[in-house]
Amino acid sequence: MDLRFTEEEIAFRREVRDFIARELPAATRERMIAGKSPTKEMVVEWQRKLNARGWAAPEWPKEAGGPGWSLAQRYIFREELQQAPAPSPLGFNINMCGPVIIEFGTEAQKQRFLPRMLNLDDWWCQGFSEPGAGSDLASLKTRAVREGDHYVVNGQKTWTTLAQHADWIFLLVRTDPTAKKQEGISFLLVDMKTPGITVRPIITIEGGHEVNEVFFDDVKVPVENLVGEENRGWDCAKFLLGNERFGQARVGASRERIRRLKVIAQESMDGGRPLMEDPDFRRKVTEIEVELKALEMTVMRVIATETKRKDKKPDPATSVLKIKGTEIQQMCAELLMKAAGPYAWVDGDPEGEDDGNEVDVAPDWALGLAGIYFNWRKQSIYGGSNEIQRNIMAKAFLGL
Amino acid sequence: MDFDLSEEQRLLQDSLAKLLADKYGFEQRKAYLKSKAGWSTEVWGQFAELGLLGLPFAEDEGGFGGGAVETMLVAEQLGRAIALEPWLTTVVIGGSFLRNGASAELRGELVPKIAAGELKLAFAQVERQSRYDLFDVLTSARKDGSGYVLNGRKGYVVHGDSAEKLIVTARTAGGQRDLKGIGVFLVDANAPGVQRRGYRTVDGQRAAEIELSDVRAEAVLGNPENGLPLVDQVVDEAIAALAGEAVGAMQVAHDMTVDYMKTRQQFGRPIGSFQALQHRAADMLVALEQARSMSLFAAMAVAERDPAERRKSMAAVKVQIGRSARFVGQQSIQLHGGIAMTIEYACGHYFKRLTVNDAMFGDADHYVRYLSDTGGLVQAA
Repeated sequence: MDLRFTEEEIAFRREVRDFIARELPAATRERMIAGKSPTKEMVVEWQRKLNARGWAAPEWPKEAGGPGWSLAQRYIFREELQQAPAPSPLGFNINMCGPVIIEFGTEAQKQRFLPRMLNLDDWWCQGFSEPGAGSDLASLKTRAVREGDHYVVNGQKTWTTLAQHADWIFLLVRTDPTAKKQEGISFLLVDMKTPGITVRPIITIEGGHEVNEVFFDDVKVPVENLVGEENRGWDCAKFLLGNERFGQARVGASRERIRRLKVIAQESMDGGRPLMEDPDFRRKVTEIEVELKALEMTVMRVIATETKRKDKKPDPATSVLKIKGTEIQQMCAELLMKAAGPYAWVDGDPEGEDDGNEVDVAPDWALGLAGIYFNWRKQSIYGGSNEIQRNIMAKAFLGL
Repeated sequence: MDFDLSEEQRLLQDSLAKLLADKYGFEQRKAYLKSKAGWSTEVWGQFAELGLLGLPFAEDEGGFGGGAVETMLVAEQLGRAIALEPWLTTVVIGGSFLRNGASAELRGELVPKIAAGELKLAFAQVERQSRYDLFDVLTSARKDGSGYVLNGRKGYVVHGDSAEKLIVTARTAGGQRDLKGIGVFLVDANAPGVQRRGYRTVDGQRAAEIELSDVRAEAVLGNPENGLPLVDQVVDEAIAALAGEAVGAMQVAHDMTVDYMKTRQQFGRPIGSFQALQHRAADMLVALEQARSMSLFAAMAVAERDPAERRKSMAAVKVQIGRSARFVGQQSIQLHGGIAMTIEYACGHYFKRLTVNDAMFGDADHYVRYLSDTGGLVQAA
């Protein structure tokens, strides 16, 4: 047992850190330090820089265009991006749809889609959730009916993150309504420019536009865009969700938030002295730091066991990462808001559209922190709510 | 990064597990508790045979050459059994004092005896007013010729009743709470002027109150004018071992609880079928896994060269282990219900040990304060 990183891994971390320092545009970094999501242009620009370096898809195998890294390297790379902070490779492309195509897709699909995913020539979005299918995803109703050499899709998806940017959507659709619920589902790739697709924004409580409803009205999808076998789409979905949870620990991102929190708590005054000098506040920060350190080690344990696993089934330990990872991020967001004091309450302008509200009355470091707190309540809901994670643990781990 | 055990480590773990399965069932433990010593001399002898008592000492000094990982593995197994023997005090704490503070000559004399099970050590540190502050010392050490003479009172000296030698912190200079001026002394437990009153603690362990009246120390460990860094180092090693022990005890408490949830029937079905209880059990598992991660971190961080960094890391270990131990301990009782409130049932004994484990050398709250006063783990940007 040796729990340290090797010399090579430490050198690799330095290489990644230097690359980010050199290549990451200052505007992107500053926007992310302020806690805002990078714009589409910023994400695309960065993804292309990563792609030029061969680092666009840390988890992909070499033959698919990945760098062929060990799990430790992937972890280091993601951690360095998060704590820079720099945009991560676009999750829909790199961690969701890409791996499904690599695992289940045809050679033609790989040739056609993977290079464009890597370079973010196509922005993908995820069409899973529906108004009636949230935690109970398999109850989804969007229908796809085979007619000759295409499917005709009708129905509605919701919570579709950044569909407003997307060129393509990967969809779970019901192809056999008579089968048991998991067994009649298929996985389709759909061009967002296809006639019959309507995207309608959903504005979340902080005022931001991240998620959307997507409507499908007689949308024709070529049969060649089916991934895997018809009616076996649930296998793809399970595989994808397993991958998704792995990244939800976001240790580097939380470390960056805590660093930021400490800066803000120096700026923000409380009782005539910097808030950071208040022992009660400091102890709250410390409690999070400790949980984060433990989570970091849990991630490394999961990485170490995953490296040795032969089968592709998701490890139930990923549920620990999701629950703790999101709890820690939410606590960070809450403390950041509280640290800012009254100036956290100036209603921000998440979309950068000037709606006439005087946002510049607040100090830069305080602006938008309440919005992030409100927005981040999503974290314990998405990706399999934390309660679903507990169900999974009770079943898969504890045999209850 | 490699979390796999070596062949030797696996052998150590398995042979200890086998011994404890054989000798440390709950009923057997009860019998050890009731015995006069309060633990098993037979099992202690078998620990010696397995090499557990010489574990952290160099092989050429008569030891086993084990490091922090081996200590963690042994501690975890002992935690699973909630073993009562003076292993932590003699081997981990005593061992660390000898490795880090004793002359080669003194080690040459003592290590073979410890390894053979013929010498037990106890750490006399706590005083009535000191609570968890290692530097809060009133016991005095007066220079007398070439040696030191000790006076004072020490409390909660774990296994202080059976130890043949005591390791005592005492002040050579300065005031009660000065960081400098603390020495560490080896004292024969039967020397003139040593009075011991042994007692049992709530977790079934043995301890002693010790009064020292003009007791001549046998040896000085480390620097008698500035022994606190040595004490810190030793306590950090003890914290790593306590973390392993707590993980072992939590694992058993959790397993026991989940098994019970599968068999206990109410309303015509196993209580484990109720989602409210399932989620609690899942949360216990999260707490346990976070604790296990921190125990692994402890095994790594205890070797950190910078003492300030090491202290902070071990403070974090204490916080996580303490928080997890409290939650797992309390909920294991709650999910069992009334049965776990009886002294005849094992679960409560795990809960009690976990509770004391948290408090040893400072509880989670103490270390949250320490860590938050020393800048925390993450540097401000």
